[in-house]
Amino acid sequence: MNLEELINVSDFCANHEITHALIVSFQEYGLVEIVESQNTWYLPVTELPKAERIVRLYADLDINLEGIAVVTQLLDRMTQMQNEITTLKNRLQRYE
Amino acid sequence: MEYIDYYKILGLTKSASQSDIKKAYRKMARKYHPDVNPNDKAAEQKFKEINEANEVLSHPENRKKYDQYGKDWQHAEAFENAKRTRQSSQRGGGQEYQGDFGGHDFSDFFESMFGGSSASSGGFSSGQKVKFRGQDFNASLRLQLRDAYTTQKQTLTVNGKNIRITIPAGIENEQTIKISGHGGPGRNGGPKGDLYITFYIDNNTAFKRDGNHLYRTVDLDLYTAVLGGSLTVDTFDGKAKLTVKSGTQNGSTVKLKGKGFPIYKKEGAFGDLFITYNIKIPTDLSEKEKALFMELSAIKK
Repeated sequence: MNLEELINVSDFCANHEITHALIVSFQEYGLVEIVESQNTWYLPVTELPKAERIVRLYADLDINLEGIAVVTQLLDRMTQMQNEITTLKNRLQRYE
Repeated sequence: MEYIDYYKILGLTKSASQSDIKKAYRKMARKYHPDVNPNDKAAEQKFKEINEANEVLSHPENRKKYDQYGKDWQHAEAFENAKRTRQSSQRGGGQEYQGDFGGHDFSDFFESMFGGSSASSGGFSSGQKVKFRGQDFNASLRLQLRDAYTTQKQTLTVNGKNIRITIPAGIENEQTIKISGHGGPGRNGGPKGDLYITFYIDNNTAFKRDGNHLYRTVDLDLYTAVLGGSLTVDTFDGKAKLTVKSGTQNGSTVKLKGKGFPIYKKEGAFGDLFITYNIKIPTDLSEKEKALFMELSAIKK
């Protein structure tokens, strides 16, 4: 695994003032993926926007992990539906 | 610059307690937080407003000053006094304020009363505050349908930096592409954010687009429709000669394979062009034409 594309979980936690255990809980709830390499845990860079959003929902809005799992699922569905609306809107232009 | 009623923003009255303020702020933050309102400019604006209201009302010192001078902010003397009071109380209390609000946009009213960075944080960080990974930027770009037909190389200026981007042919209206690492800077070694560009495509051509297919209606004279013949039509990037079958019906469609729109990120592949015939019925007939049509009509009877 290319280390440049991985963020040390400890660095992430220090900057967000959260515990390592919290990130592990995130993983257990299926909210983010973390990977282990030589006894160190890493967050893939691609997971970072998701991980930061989860931390904000957790810290800013006091939403527990169950709640975040639901919010995440609904937001994914919203994005999917938004894309569908855009596609349908584009198709409708044919009749304008 | 206008007076801002921070109580009204949080749905409170002047007699609200600190706990009322905290409750009201939390309730509204849940509603308008950018993370639960993606791509919603109105919610983003509202979130900024409630954060600003919270900055003022959740700090007894700020709140006191706001209650006392807020309405008369235009009054220079009161304003100057307010400023002095703030400075002396800051010095007197020996308090050091944290001044990092990179993501916040405070109103002019707030800045004039409290300065750009004098207020301390109310306990929550805003959705835009950078802690590690940099902020994502959103931009939009308008294109003509003609431009979207070929791959474009463009140079954009984002926050003073030139970025060269390639817009692949066949991009859709309102499609967003991600330019990795061209967002805001990270903090403490965090990676940069990304740049998202949404494309809006204007169509002022005679063609309608649906994905990779193009549609066009062309006029066909009655005689060619009845007897058959040929017709030259404009395609998106040229011309095509069509063979019109005898007995062609009004509204019938022919498909020109591969004459449609380029398929996104599939070099050399195109959709189809559909031509619909609009048969023109002759009007303003001469006496002779009329007589001939009557003759035709009589034969059919």
